[in-house]
Amino acid sequence: MRQWKIIAKEAMARASIITKFLCVLHVTNSYVLSSNHVLGPSMLPTLSVTGDVVLVEHISHRLGKLGSGDLVLVRSPLDPKKSLTKRIVAMEGDKVTFSLDPSRSHSSRSLVVPKGHVWIQGDNLYVSRDSRQFGPLPYGLIEGKVFMRVWPPSSFGFFGQ
Amino acid sequence: MGTPSVLWNIAKKCFTVGVITLTVSDLFASIVQVRGTSMCPTFNPKTNSLLDSLSEDRVLVEKLCLRNYKLAHGDVVVFSSPNNHKEKHVKRIVGLPGDWVRTIYDVVHVPEGHCWVEGDNSASSLDSRSFGPVPLGLVKGRITHILWPPHRVGSVDRKSPQNRVCAS
Repeated sequence: MRQWKIIAKEAMARASIITKFLCVLHVTNSYVLSSNHVLGPSMLPTLSVTGDVVLVEHISHRLGKLGSGDLVLVRSPLDPKKSLTKRIVAMEGDKVTFSLDPSRSHSSRSLVVPKGHVWIQGDNLYVSRDSRQFGPLPYGLIEGKVFMRVWPPSSFGFFGQ
Repeated sequence: MGTPSVLWNIAKKCFTVGVITLTVSDLFASIVQVRGTSMCPTFNPKTNSLLDSLSEDRVLVEKLCLRNYKLAHGDVVVFSSPNNHKEKHVKRIVGLPGDWVRTIYDVVHVPEGHCWVEGDNSASSLDSRSFGPVPLGLVKGRITHILWPPHRVGSVDRKSPQNRVCAS
């Protein structure tokens, strides 16, 4: 009987350590820093097609310290399970001019980004699906700021403006 | 020399409790307070001018529905406002992606990945009729139960308004 008690106690202690560890992991991942694997042609030449591992910090968008030119990780407005990596082109109140299909026509449109929204675009305007298709993005969909590339090692370093 | 270690232990306890609470409220369920009369009569049915915070409804928000965004017509959801990410709103889902929702003036198509939300008290509610469809990514949880005040404890039922939605 006493033996079982000791085993049960031990198991409880282990379980609580694991739970705490997982909780700390979750909080760090969603409030401080996380790593993401991003791939696809829409951010060429900043990010490669084959896939880069980048570090994303989740602090500055909560403090409202994002500005145009920052790389951000956002939740896709078309599919909430997917994330996109794009560059902020304009903040709320800014005027933005864009062309819907730069490969075919040179006609462009312009509009003012409404309150509480940002305008995001991929660096590779020819294949990117971004604000030019789905319009200004609500600020609440921003998940973090991409600030550093850790893989591949040859291009390790911070992203400049 | 005892005091620093006692303080250290208290700090450690507080940190652990905070981290666990944050995780549970992010992943499983949390409690929020509903302000305003936009969801009357489901929440805050008594509309008195002196809304003291004790008589306002506290509700249980479950987050498990966010794993695969399994939301249905008539669910009451919490979402952050598309115009101001710091504000949270509580409204009822009227239309899901692909639906055509009938409003006073015309019929609106709900685009992919969005939902159409409206308050139960349409006279004083700021909802999709003013800011349009809301991206599902802004939805923060589904309200399942009322926890406070004691005489109103109970589950929140799913009720969808009649003749508003024509699925395509």
